[in-house]
Amino acid sequence: MIDMPKKNVLSFQLDPKLFEPATDEEKAQQVNLRPSVSFFKDAMKRLSKNRIAMICLCLIVIISLIAAIVPSVYPYTYTEQDVTRKNMEPFKYSAKEQAKIDKGEKIFPHIMGTDSLGRDYAIRVIYGTRISLLVGLVASVIVVIIGILYGSISGYFGGRVDLIMMRIVDIIYSLPDVLIIILLSVAIRDFVSTSTNQLILKLGSGMISIFIVFGLLYWVGMARQVRGQILSIKEQEYVLYARSCGASPSRIIRKHMIPNCVSVIIITAALQIPSAIFTESFLSFLGLGVSIPMPSLGSLASEARQALVSYPFLLVFPAVTIFLIVLSFNLLGNGLRDAFDPKLRS
Amino acid sequence: MNSKFAVYTLKRLLLALLTIFLVIAITFFTMHAIPASPFSSEKARSDAVIAALEAKYGFDKPVPVQFVNYLKNILHFDFGLSTGWVGCTVADLISDAFYYSARIGFTAGISALILGVCLGAAAALNRGSFLDQLVQVVTTALVSLPSFVMATLLLLIFGLKLKLLPTLGSQPGGMILPTLSLMLSPTAYVTRLTRSSMLDVMGQDYIRTARAKGVKNSKLIFKHALKNSLSPVITYAGPMMANILTGSMVVENIFSVPGLGRLFVNSMLRTDYMMIMGVTIFLATLIVLMNFLSDVLYKVVDPRIQFE
Repeated sequence: MIDMPKKNVLSFQLDPKLFEPATDEEKAQQVNLRPSVSFFKDAMKRLSKNRIAMICLCLIVIISLIAAIVPSVYPYTYTEQDVTRKNMEPFKYSAKEQAKIDKGEKIFPHIMGTDSLGRDYAIRVIYGTRISLLVGLVASVIVVIIGILYGSISGYFGGRVDLIMMRIVDIIYSLPDVLIIILLSVAIRDFVSTSTNQLILKLGSGMISIFIVFGLLYWVGMARQVRGQILSIKEQEYVLYARSCGASPSRIIRKHMIPNCVSVIIITAALQIPSAIFTESFLSFLGLGVSIPMPSLGSLASEARQALVSYPFLLVFPAVTIFLIVLSFNLLGNGLRDAFDPKLRS
Repeated sequence: MNSKFAVYTLKRLLLALLTIFLVIAITFFTMHAIPASPFSSEKARSDAVIAALEAKYGFDKPVPVQFVNYLKNILHFDFGLSTGWVGCTVADLISDAFYYSARIGFTAGISALILGVCLGAAAALNRGSFLDQLVQVVTTALVSLPSFVMATLLLLIFGLKLKLLPTLGSQPGGMILPTLSLMLSPTAYVTRLTRSSMLDVMGQDYIRTARAKGVKNSKLIFKHALKNSLSPVITYAGPMMANILTGSMVVENIFSVPGLGRLFVNSMLRTDYMMIMGVTIFLATLIVLMNFLSDVLYKVVDPRIQFE
């Protein structure tokens, strides 16, 4: 300890000699008894208490796992046709298959029956589910990336930049998206059918135009939400402090603002997924979605109309699947909103 | 207040007109990016006819000139000649089909609004009751059903299995099923909106004041609560009409209603580019105008909302 002479008798300067170092026991008292809970962890805890949302989350995980794993281990493929087993009801076997079973061979049952070309229906529904989930995933990724970039730039810089950027958003917001998707898919139909790229051929003009339109139009809702959030965060003291320390705008946006917009981003993205899935199935129903023979839940439902009275199960399976997917995403989105929205915190 | 309102309306109108112009431009230029000529369909036409048509619609001129011509023609409601339906103009086909779509769409939209507001208000006023829970479950399910699933299920159950209602739009009473399939999910949405907004309003201080002053219950609900909880419903009315219009594409196909949606899908199957352009622009204009109306009406109904 340094011995410092007192400058003045009346000085408030403290005499270090009067102090002694804290013992370990005293130090231990200063340690927080409870670990600090971050906002994210807190919200997750609230979400895990919401039973409906958790059931939906489990359902989504199960459906995603089935869609991801089952096609690689399943004994049938989605293109394998067999005219001897047309339009069979679930768990029925054709005469040919029955003969094989009688001989002692094992035949995997057609869990959801077969369609009018004798293709196993379960695997087609699973591939359709894959398409739906893929569309939802891609949509949310596109929406999150473009929406955050656009919204945060507009909100951070404000003024004239904000005005112009938000006018553009207003215009895009009022464009009828489904009509533009249909228009694009008609326009690029020729291009896609003559393409040599396997991926493009497999996806078909509908899917590609859906992705293009997501990139062009769907992010405006997210951009608006993020901008609104950034506008209020901008006025906070910690942003002022960061700026006075000389942090660059990109650092302030990345490190200080976006982490504080997470709740808005999660809620908006979760509620965007079902609407993307809806759009894809709608287009496939009209015959503008994925190219045949790749199935989609919409195109399966559309094909089922041809023999609706005789084979209603061909409609029921894809219809129930899409209903379950959209319902669970909707309810999970509501749960996330309740968990993350600070206004509703009690 | 009034001048502010006028400025707001004017701004919105300009935005709507700009959007319509953009839709026309997008439609025109995407369709012209396709290499095929609009008259190169399989339907045989003599060379003289094609030459005359190309001269009339100026397909020999550069694309920007064609665009200006197309814009001028649209102002006279001339969308060109259909190539899929020989001898018909696009405008005639659209106006014929619009009658059916408007009938179904208008009925569906109005019934969805009325039914949704009533159900939502009833659920909110009896919060936690059996009715409320039933409404919650049913509406959650209904908003998760795509229009084509709804329409096909209704067709299967009421039309084919129970044989209660006709399945073709041309039969008497044939408009019931398509209207039902179009209105159910908007009804569910309006119900949810009304319910949450009504719950919000019922918790406000002025409702308690009115009740303390002894306002009759019916007057309290209709004059104080319901009127103030309608603004979210009105903002939804525009997008709802857009949903109904796009939904009619599948529903009209399923029930064979000769409306706009069916015309649109058929024109895509026949690769009738003039028709696709015409219907897209017509539908988009309708949607944009509906959104404009609901935006303006929103401000009229709720004067508390600030003008930008």
